[in-house]
Amino acid sequence: MQTSTSVNTEKKVATIPAQERYMQLEEINMTFVTKKGTFEALKNINLDIKEGEFVSIIGHSGCGKSTVLNLIGGLLEPTSGLLFCAGREIFGPGPERAVVFQNHSLLPWLTCYENVYLAVERVFALKETNEQLKARTNAALELVGLTHATDKRPNEISGGMKQRVGIARALAMEPKVLLLDEPFGALDALTRANLQDELMKIMMKSGCTAVMVTHDVDEAVLLSDRIVMMTNGPAATIGEILDVTLTRPRNRLGLAEDQEYNHLRGEVLRFLYDRHAKKAA
Amino acid sequence: MSAVTLVKDSVNATTQELDVEKIGIANAANDLVIEDSMPTSRKKVKKTQPNYTRKIDSEFVTFLKNIIPPAFGLLVFLGLWSVLTIFQPALPGPVSTFKSAVLVFKHPFYVNSLDDQGIGWNILSSLGRVAMGFGMAALVGIPLGFLIGRYEFFSKMCAPVISLLRPVSPLAWLPLGLLVLKAAAPAAIWVIFISSVWPMLINTAVGVSKVPQDYMNVAKVLNLSEWKIVTKISFPFVLPYMMTGVRLSMGIAWLVIVAAEMLNGGAGIGFWLWDEYNASNYEHIIIAIFVVGIIGLLLEQGLILIAKRYSYE
Repeated sequence: MQTSTSVNTEKKVATIPAQERYMQLEEINMTFVTKKGTFEALKNINLDIKEGEFVSIIGHSGCGKSTVLNLIGGLLEPTSGLLFCAGREIFGPGPERAVVFQNHSLLPWLTCYENVYLAVERVFALKETNEQLKARTNAALELVGLTHATDKRPNEISGGMKQRVGIARALAMEPKVLLLDEPFGALDALTRANLQDELMKIMMKSGCTAVMVTHDVDEAVLLSDRIVMMTNGPAATIGEILDVTLTRPRNRLGLAEDQEYNHLRGEVLRFLYDRHAKKAA
Repeated sequence: MSAVTLVKDSVNATTQELDVEKIGIANAANDLVIEDSMPTSRKKVKKTQPNYTRKIDSEFVTFLKNIIPPAFGLLVFLGLWSVLTIFQPALPGPVSTFKSAVLVFKHPFYVNSLDDQGIGWNILSSLGRVAMGFGMAALVGIPLGFLIGRYEFFSKMCAPVISLLRPVSPLAWLPLGLLVLKAAAPAAIWVIFISSVWPMLINTAVGVSKVPQDYMNVAKVLNLSEWKIVTKISFPFVLPYMMTGVRLSMGIAWLVIVAAEMLNGGAGIGFWLWDEYNASNYEHIIIAIFVVGIIGLLLEQGLILIAKRYSYE
């Protein structure tokens, strides 16, 4: 059985309780007030995330997976329930939780460098010299392989490069948790695969915790330690949680014929298209 | 409850109206800019087509295509004007106007007395007055527009007053200015100020309220200070809206100046126009009209250039 909430794998070394429950979502309910009345988006969400873990949230569109991410990011407040990150209650956005937006959300009037610098400046300006801030910005851009495009504006570079800048901006803040909202959803398949591979490398290096919203089954299995599968809304909740025990580093080509990989992939597909199939809109 | 919604509706109405105005102006601007964009397109032709005879041909043809319609338009205008003077002998014709213009512009900067100065001085004093009134309007209108766009409370607070005062004719403000300021010159500046403040204020406010939620989310996630939000997000985004407002305002300011000076006296192109009418120099009235038109056109083009220079696109 792969679908269980707490299975220790060889990969995760002896965990202590604080790391086990690095981030907690407790009894989260979310109700939106709209013109047509109230809309219950999320109901009774409970989730613990370990330190250094990569968790994907997958579900059909409209199931409230982005809402979960926005709650963790502090952009929304839950109607009821509590969120904790590193032992503190989440109250509004904070630099320890960086967000990579689906549509990259770069400021078009700033160069790639300036876009990243804006984040660096905000987090480190009080503690560090200008030289250090510059070095940080350049290091972040180097990490995503964009040293050649530092002085370009977002509309002068490709979609994939824009998303790299978005990732660089988030990582430059040295966050404890990286929140990714369908980060590669707007990219073509080849660019997407490329960036997924790079994200895996970057996450291995930085070792920070990540929560990613996606609707791409392969992406979820490839990148995650655990996949949170959500039921359809309204009143969406966590249907199942799948542990991905594939060893790292993972190789896209090698996994294509891997039995374990295909089994996990099948599990997610069965959940999405069999047990919680969405009626044609 | 109903009062609140009413106010909201009126704000929506004004913003929509403005958008329409903006689009209209933008289209007009595009039409005017066509000639400016010509050289670059010609350069492209040079690069891609090594066939020299064809290149010269096409360059010449495009030149003709761009020069013939406006030239034809001006000729028709002059023709209609000449025909009109046949039926209305009191109206000066193109030829006599041109001859008199040559004389007027021979000594543009003479000063005989306070009421009798060269046309250059009149133009400069009008421009100075517009600069004063318009500058003050910008100093008040743009920051106020930012506040209204940024804070909903402020927006709701100002909406009724703005909706009430905006449609008032510029000249209705003149007696009030004379009453309070007790002099003609500052009253004219006051009229320019109060009539040209609205487009800048409202366009800026509309721009600020349209800053995409994505950018505001970035600001939230990065925890940017209010100052950084204004300088790095709101201001660059609003700049094109603001420049449209500035252009509309400048148009109004220049429109109002003639009327304000006619009623006020002193130096100025509007005063000069009225004075020449009283002195029966009817050619000079038409010269004044052309001068006002050409300077208005130059101001507009100048602002378009500035807007292009600072646009992030």
